[in-house]
Amino acid sequence: MTTPTAPDSMYRNDEGLGIWEHRGKVAAVGVGHGPTSRRWDGRAETCVGAITIDALRKAIDDAGVAPDQIDGLVVVPVTTTGAFWEAGKPLPMDVIQSFNQTDDPLDGIAKLSAEWLLANMPELTNVQFTMYGPGCMSNALNVTAQAVGDGLTHTCLVVKSWHNFEGRYYQGGANAGNAIPGTPAITQLWGGPASYSTALQFAEYCRRYGKTHEMMAPFMENSRRNGLRFPEGYWAQHRPEELIPEDYLASRWIAKPANLFDNDIPIMMSGAYLFSTAERAQDMKQKPVYILNHASSNTRPRSLLPTLDEVEADTARTGRKIYEGAGISADDLSFENMYDGFSLFHQFHLEGLGYRGIKFGEALDFYQTDISIEGPNPVSPSGGNVGSGRSRVWMHTDCIQQLQGRAGARQVTGVKPEVGVSGGPMPLGGNYTVWSASPD
Amino acid sequence: MTKQGVEPDSLSQPFWDAANEKRLVIQNCVDCDRLQHPPSDSCRDCDEGAELEWKQVSGRGTIYNYGVVHDCPVRLLQEDQPFNLAVIMLDDDPGIQMYSHLPGVPVDEVPVGAAVEVIFEPSANGQLVPEWRVIED
Ligand SMILES: [Zn+2]
Repeated sequence: MTTPTAPDSMYRNDEGLGIWEHRGKVAAVGVGHGPTSRRWDGRAETCVGAITIDALRKAIDDAGVAPDQIDGLVVVPVTTTGAFWEAGKPLPMDVIQSFNQTDDPLDGIAKLSAEWLLANMPELTNVQFTMYGPGCMSNALNVTAQAVGDGLTHTCLVVKSWHNFEGRYYQGGANAGNAIPGTPAITQLWGGPASYSTALQFAEYCRRYGKTHEMMAPFMENSRRNGLRFPEGYWAQHRPEELIPEDYLASRWIAKPANLFDNDIPIMMSGAYLFSTAERAQDMKQKPVYILNHASSNTRPRSLLPTLDEVEADTARTGRKIYEGAGISADDLSFENMYDGFSLFHQFHLEGLGYRGIKFGEALDFYQTDISIEGPNPVSPSGGNVGSGRSRVWMHTDCIQQLQGRAGARQVTGVKPEVGVSGGPMPLGGNYTVWSASPD
Repeated sequence: MTKQGVEPDSLSQPFWDAANEKRLVIQNCVDCDRLQHPPSDSCRDCDEGAELEWKQVSGRGTIYNYGVVHDCPVRLLQEDQPFNLAVIMLDDDPGIQMYSHLPGVPVDEVPVGAAVEVIFEPSANGQLVPEWRVIED
């Protein structure tokens, strides 16, 4: 069996598609997370494959489903945070021999195939459907929701994991050399770090609307506060430190106006969910959270980097797609969990959604009001990547847990949790899911 | 600051050859007469198979936006940190962007909106690379 990548037809990229045909008929039930760590320590029990199996088994157990009832598995095959297994570096044979390996010795260590997972989870005896959702959990969730709705699978696991190795990421390979090939040279010779593009969009935003980087501080503080209430997250598990504005604003620049904290911390992690049909979900252990819609953007910038105009046009379009397919409006959102890694683009997502009626240029002012989980306008109750480390998963877990009423210390109290939205990553190019406590 | 050397590949060869002649060329779609940068094997707006050419442009532009790089992933540039990294919009088509370190402009004192013109600087292996300098009026 070779696992295919999801075809374009599974995504809802366009406006005007109307209500999603499976609105309210697909549900998320189980949630599972493996332990986080800063970097892999080289042991078999902590490799990305092992923490993924752990996350999947927890999701199955959480949903209260017998493993032989599961017939689908959607996987994000790429697990890198930017760290790669260097060419010529000896393979960790003891780790490889601890698992049922596929043809690729780095499967389960620096990447993840559906075949590797099935070979190492013998309890999954009835999986007939496997598919890759490339990139992020946000993408894989769209695929899973559509697959369950389309009847390709009725009880489906979806998982995204990340590995991180020793050494500073993005510093090896071509970046360490004295010459690079001519085509990548056109964009890479100037040495912008990963957050550079976002930093520029933020700079343009500040110039256009008269805002400042300092105005990000309440958002950062709130996000870390929420993250410290996320027991599955990196900061809660390893570094339970608040992020006060003074520390945020004093941290070193990476690509000014993006500083160290505006760049999410790369970690090892795995997050998994169990999806099912709304019907089957009724008999499971947790309260179903219904999918009202999924939406995507595959817009590319005209040239090297998205301009603010391009960002605003696309986030607004994404907002319209999200609401159209779900049959809701911004007023129906109890909270938002849009992506935040890099922190400096969260406001683009918020403004595109028109969350709480905010318009372009208003989100940073909104950050100066009560955006806490206790207030009427929760912003990023998950705490996102800012609050729990780089995963692009927390926002989805939080939506599910909030709507199930089991977000624990993070549970929103200023609003009734009825409908949430999550997704990303970038303002241009992303995948989004609308979650609801009720199917209609 | 000296950039990494460039080893032109088939797609980028005309761009780098022109740079060595101190000419700036940008890929253009013959079918829809639209510039695109970075270059690609096909036009992003037309069906595959549209004919692409390289078009010489004026070498004039404006500073659209910038950031200051303090933590650069490229080893060769790290000794020059922090440095300006600006985006230039070409006068020929203000949707087309190019990067610049803006040689001569003090760090974080970038005049956004200022007019610039292309210059060519040698990289680590001698390949000339387009750069931009502010036009003093
Ligand atoms: Zn064309």
